[in-house]
Amino acid sequence: MHLAYPAVLSALLFCTGVYGVLARRNAILVLMSVELMLNAVNLNLVAFDVWLSRAAEETLHSGQALTLFTIAIAAAEIGIGLAIVLAVHRNRGTSDIDKLRDTAEGHGPDGPADPDDPDDPGDPAVPGGPDTDTPATGTAAEKAEATA
Amino acid sequence: MTLAAAVGHLAADSSTAAPAPHGFLSPTGVEIAFLLVGLVTFGAAVVTVTTRQLVHAALWLVVALGGLAVEYLLLTAEFIAWVQVLIYVGAVVVLILFGLMLTRAPIGRSPDADSGNRWAALAVAAAAAASLVWVVVDAFRTTWIDLDGPAAGSTDVTGASLFQNWVLPFEALSVLLLAALVGAIVLSRKAQPAATPAGSAPTRPDAANVPGGNGETGEHGRNGKTGESGKPSEHRESGGNGGNGEHRKTGENRESGKADEAGKAGKGDDR
Repeated sequence: MHLAYPAVLSALLFCTGVYGVLARRNAILVLMSVELMLNAVNLNLVAFDVWLSRAAEETLHSGQALTLFTIAIAAAEIGIGLAIVLAVHRNRGTSDIDKLRDTAEGHGPDGPADPDDPDDPGDPAVPGGPDTDTPATGTAAEKAEATA
Repeated sequence: MTLAAAVGHLAADSSTAAPAPHGFLSPTGVEIAFLLVGLVTFGAAVVTVTTRQLVHAALWLVVALGGLAVEYLLLTAEFIAWVQVLIYVGAVVVLILFGLMLTRAPIGRSPDADSGNRWAALAVAAAAAASLVWVVVDAFRTTWIDLDGPAAGSTDVTGASLFQNWVLPFEALSVLLLAALVGAIVLSRKAQPAATPAGSAPTRPDAANVPGGNGETGEHGRNGKTGESGKPSEHRESGGNGGNGEHRKTGENRESGKADEAGKAGKGDDR
């Protein structure tokens, strides 16, 4: 088999993943695009390992071993990533990464003075009413969680 | 026996003489199969990153990952192919579907699946694809993979190399998986007390009834104040020990509020 076939397919899949990471807004869709990029790298590793095992008499099979390691690391990554996305969804009520702007420049410190901030804790803060206590404890809980 | 040896010898001769007629315009059967499955895989990947229905994106991801498993089989990497089916199609996609359900993803079309910079993203991806494909084709124009003979990625070969040469990274990876497991559990459990304000938000009118009920006893200002100050702490504590809320309704408002605040401070120190 010509080596260009798997290499070109791998490049195309990787660029598809790049487009997904850049263009998607939902955090889980971004994670799916990251999975596509990891799979493109896996295909490259397997193809070059099969080539080198014959062409260069390479018996270490580093490509396939690294593919297995990449698959395991991808599984760990998707687990941690989904746990983070679920925690953000519980705190903010959204998994939209365009709305997570607490560390952005030019928006001021995250607090009740921020015009973006009443949107961020989601719906439960809206009927909060007279006291500004609820957003404060919400952000305090998030900070405690972020530092923990 | 001798016939088989002769046939094998002939096959070996023909395989050594085979690299001469390689060419782009005379693809072998394996190449055609790889091309077709690759087209299906690439199309499924494109649909995955462009569809506006989130669950459909996850299901098209199954098609793309399964197509990649078939590509591994065509590259004679059998063990990797089945590991791909088991872990990606079996575990990762199920995890993604659970994540979509737990974040209450809309079932139908969601108009805001793509952000505003999708044209910039498309330009970046197209430029990267063009440059990568050009470089790869230019570099490996005259390189062929020899797929004849014993499989390069059977379970025998992969297991031998994995447990002869890669034992230490393998064990380190098991430690990493354990750390990821513990980390996922810790992340999910840390979100539990923080989820109680959002979860108990519908019970806020009930809590607002508490200062009103105490207003009948006469101390309007203080009770209202303590009720207001104690309200978030009650929300916070409602997950842990529900005894304080009932205790407050018996009328000892200020003391229970203080106890709540003490519990809140203790919890804050605990974090």
